[in-house]
Amino acid sequence: METINAAQPILQVRDLRVQAGSQPILKGVSFDLYPGEVLGLIGESGAGKSTLGLAALGHMRGGCACVGGEVLFRGQDVFSLPPRQAGMLRGRRITYVAQSAAASFNPAYTLESQIAEPLRRGGGSSGPIARTIRNLFRRLGLPQPDIFGARYPHQVSGGQLQRAMTAMALAPEPDIVVFDEPTTALDVTTQLEVLAAIKQAIREEGSAALYISHDLAVVSQISDRIMVLRHGQMVEEGTTRELIDTPKQDYTRRLLNVSHAVVPAEVREDARDEVLSIRGLSARYGSVPVLDDVTLGVRRGTTLAVVGESGSGKSTLAKVVTGLVPAAGGTLTFAGKALRPTLKARDKDTLRRMQMIFQIPDTALNPRQTVGEIIGRPLSFYFGLPRAEVERRVADLLRDIELGPEFARRYPSELSGGQKQRVCIARALAADPDLIICDEVTSALDPLVAEGIIKLLRRLQEEKGVSYIFITHDLGTVKAIAHDIAVMRRGRVVDCGARDAVLSPPFHPYTELLFTSLPTTREGWLEEALAKRPDPDALDGTAPGASQEAGQANARTGHRRGADRPVASGMGG
Amino acid sequence: MVLTRLIAKRLFGALVTLWFVTVLIFLAVECLPGDAAEALLGKDATPVAVENLRAELHLNDPPVERYVGWLGRVAVGDLGKSLTTNRPIAPMLATRLSNTLFLAATAAAIAVPLAIILGLVSALYRGTRLDRVISVLSLASISFPEFFVGYILLVVFALNLGWFPVLSGINPDMGLGEQLHRIVLPALTLVCLVLAYMMRMTRAAVINVLSNPYIEMAELKGCSRREIIVRHAFVNAVGPVANVVALSLAYLVVGVVVVEVVFTYPGLGQWMVDSVSKQDILVVQICGLIFGATYIGLNLTADIVAVLFNPKLRHPR
Amino acid sequence: MTRFTRLRGFPLSTWLPLGVLVVITLAVAVGPAFLPYRAEEIVGDLWEPMSWAHPLGTDQLGRDMLARVLEGGRTSLSLAAVIAGLAFLFGSGAGLTAAFLGGWVDTALSRAVDLLMAFPPLIFALLTIAVLGNSIPVLVTVLTLFEALRIFRLTRSLAMEIAVQEFVAVARLRGEGIGWILFREILPNGMVPLMAELAIRFVFGLLFLSSLSFLGLGVPPPAPDWGGMVRDNAPAVSFGLSAPLVPAAMIAIVAVCVNLVADSLLHTRGRSRSAEG
Repeated sequence: METINAAQPILQVRDLRVQAGSQPILKGVSFDLYPGEVLGLIGESGAGKSTLGLAALGHMRGGCACVGGEVLFRGQDVFSLPPRQAGMLRGRRITYVAQSAAASFNPAYTLESQIAEPLRRGGGSSGPIARTIRNLFRRLGLPQPDIFGARYPHQVSGGQLQRAMTAMALAPEPDIVVFDEPTTALDVTTQLEVLAAIKQAIREEGSAALYISHDLAVVSQISDRIMVLRHGQMVEEGTTRELIDTPKQDYTRRLLNVSHAVVPAEVREDARDEVLSIRGLSARYGSVPVLDDVTLGVRRGTTLAVVGESGSGKSTLAKVVTGLVPAAGGTLTFAGKALRPTLKARDKDTLRRMQMIFQIPDTALNPRQTVGEIIGRPLSFYFGLPRAEVERRVADLLRDIELGPEFARRYPSELSGGQKQRVCIARALAADPDLIICDEVTSALDPLVAEGIIKLLRRLQEEKGVSYIFITHDLGTVKAIAHDIAVMRRGRVVDCGARDAVLSPPFHPYTELLFTSLPTTREGWLEEALAKRPDPDALDGTAPGASQEAGQANARTGHRRGADRPVASGMGG
Repeated sequence: MVLTRLIAKRLFGALVTLWFVTVLIFLAVECLPGDAAEALLGKDATPVAVENLRAELHLNDPPVERYVGWLGRVAVGDLGKSLTTNRPIAPMLATRLSNTLFLAATAAAIAVPLAIILGLVSALYRGTRLDRVISVLSLASISFPEFFVGYILLVVFALNLGWFPVLSGINPDMGLGEQLHRIVLPALTLVCLVLAYMMRMTRAAVINVLSNPYIEMAELKGCSRREIIVRHAFVNAVGPVANVVALSLAYLVVGVVVVEVVFTYPGLGQWMVDSVSKQDILVVQICGLIFGATYIGLNLTADIVAVLFNPKLRHPR
Repeated sequence: MTRFTRLRGFPLSTWLPLGVLVVITLAVAVGPAFLPYRAEEIVGDLWEPMSWAHPLGTDQLGRDMLARVLEGGRTSLSLAAVIAGLAFLFGSGAGLTAAFLGGWVDTALSRAVDLLMAFPPLIFALLTIAVLGNSIPVLVTVLTLFEALRIFRLTRSLAMEIAVQEFVAVARLRGEGIGWILFREILPNGMVPLMAELAIRFVFGLLFLSSLSFLGLGVPPPAPDWGGMVRDNAPAVSFGLSAPLVPAAMIAIVAVCVNLVADSLLHTRGRSRSAEG
């Protein structure tokens, strides 16, 4: 038996340098991890946090190579272990929880047989192994822990799968667990449960952990220390409280500001007249109802935020309003006139007055057209402007979205994600619309980039008086942009009204559940939120299967921050 | 439940296709310009001969009745007589078919394991020089016409080296060893044709499986390379690879036609080609039906195998 | 300007086969005019070996093999090109129609295509030729039909794949007509795989046609074509002569080169995609 010296770090990363081809991914990162400690790694996409997490297990993804530095586990270099010893290290001493549990379980085997795999390699007998696994299932709050393991991965929901993967990581009683964005693909209410289960389980096991996330609030709830990464380099490191309360670096402060100190949009009591009125709207895909008796109004020059988890029907609402999906019932009144249900039946001027911006800017821009062509098309299409005039207007619009005129000649593939979304905004503005429908426009973007987009949208609203319907699952942005809020759940509007009314007591129970599930950096928030939140199952009389379904659909997309991706619209529709 | 329903659906689809094929083949006679019997016998045929042939072909019956009758006779093996040799078709067909099956089976016995192994190797060592060599060779063999490969083998191995006979004709009096020796070259040609195709698809199927996150997860769980391939990759690759094999065999069965002609091998394909040039329509019909049915059957097998090995369908929610 | 730089970005493995194809096409198109012999002229003994007078030797009747190969190439290559072109026209037209109209039109077309594709093309061709004979119109019709099936499937799935992209939804929301959506939004994004498919269809047509000619059921005499020349010269093999390998090798060279070009087209597309992501 070796004794663990609490003063000795269990994992030491020394000046680690990783390259993909000639491109540096990690530019010399160092840290120590002590037994029983949870270290949070935070950063935006491209920061190199996943690469760092995998390096702790001595693993490099295809195309990546370690070009300098070392990773020591109990003083031993994990990259130079002989295969046998590496096999005993991975899966037993250091384990891993992936972002997409749905894709990381082998579909051909039951959960229990996959969880038991590393244990059996260690020579354990099947009886005690099964008991260990069942105990873990119970502790992680999985239903029917005695038979849960007999299921196949595709037979359980996303949240459950993520917990099963945590069980797999904890079963061998490892020294270190690496969590790579384990809750990112989950709905906010599910995230809370999984987060709490993970936190409790690692505390009980006494394992050390690396917790990787882009969400500072999530990391702050679970970590003892936090390290901020950017472009493959460490920005700042400190204990959680230090870092949250007294950040030293400007970058850290900006990340923190995104998560809480948002300045809410000004209340607009003056706006009375509705640019869009939705009355008793319903819609269905085939025989499946997705919208049920939705009644909402958008006041001129204001923003209506439509909030909900995946499967709430909020994206369908956007499609029905724009005419991409025909309504099954109800009426739409837009700018004082009744809105025809299908695209074809609407006249050009009506189409012009209502524009839409999509979630994923990569697919919303034709890769074969230049930015100038993309932004210029609405100008020539709706207003018949001559070529020179179009070019002049495009330059104006580019200035509006804070891009230089030289961008007109670029192709979308030459732009960053945030720039692409700005181009989408400019294209919508080019039509000089009354209403812009923003469908999850910030959810595919990094927090700081998203913040820039929100600020831009708010500035444009003040300048041009345009109204927004802002559809999102990201409750953090709602406070920043909304004048009115509608909360949707399973195709119905469960709560709506002016922002301050919706967000202050007395709360609607589901609204309260959603907003209390939104992580903050406040100490002890996780425990409080779990203790005082309403029971999600008590909210509805329907079978629990329905919410399970939604959770699974969500996790299956498996993308970063991928809430529900919009349902693809067919050509004929 | 889901599984049986899916398989039943595939079976039904194959039956519909088969039915369509029989109709198409039957219609071939209908499409003969003018009077079928006259067209077949030529202008200077005696009226008696024409009338006999009309009776033979049941041309005096209405079409639907004729179709049903034809189908019924085919089903019980009453295939009539060849129009050119006037000998019964059925016994000839049996010999020819067994020759073709012998050739195709030999080729498959070599090609299938070889293709799977090479496909696996090039998938596991993808990006290496070995993989590139295999991919260049496979591109070449996909581009080469069957007769080109056949003649090269013939010139090299039969004429210059003298290892194998130029003519591949076999008969039942020969021993198995002699027969195998005689069909080495045509079998090898077939192997060359189908190997590249099968290998490329196997490679793609295996790479597809290996790119799944659960393979990386297995690595992170400390599985050895062997465990990853045997336990995690293989179970999921069996379905796609078996599917590839069945599809390749369908391809092989058709490729046999040209190869038989190159080596003047007395099989079904050569017989069919021969009969096409002689307008021996009854023989063409039955050969076409057998080739078509085999092709459909193998495609169906490929479909069913893919369904059977899909774990999500085997263990429904 | 972009087209030129894009072409220049191709590696040697693209340039080389492209160059070979250009040389062969030119030789076949204008070469016969510069040769001292006509293709049908008997100029020597049968199966004379290669010499300065007859760089590829002579054929089974004592005609100049080079002249025959060039003449045969005209038939083979132009027929394959016509077949691929027609198939592309019909196949992509039907594919786009099916993808765009959807509903019963799509169902009917797709079912019909599935049904026909369940039938081996060679067997279908043999059956047709047995009934209608091997005239050029029959060959072109049958081969075009089977080529068009593949192109239909690819075009349809490409169009469906691109049509669900959000930039197409944006164009529809703007109120754009079907012409703009089809030719400005969808087609430019599907051009590369379609062009590669066109090349692959050309190879398939050439091989198929040559096989039929080799079986004596393809291009009818007297026009020489590569597959038929292989058949005519086949007896030479028994004497250890390689005469039939000459036209056979021509088919193989053209097929390999076109496949290489198609491969690199798709490959380059994959690279630029990954760079975008």
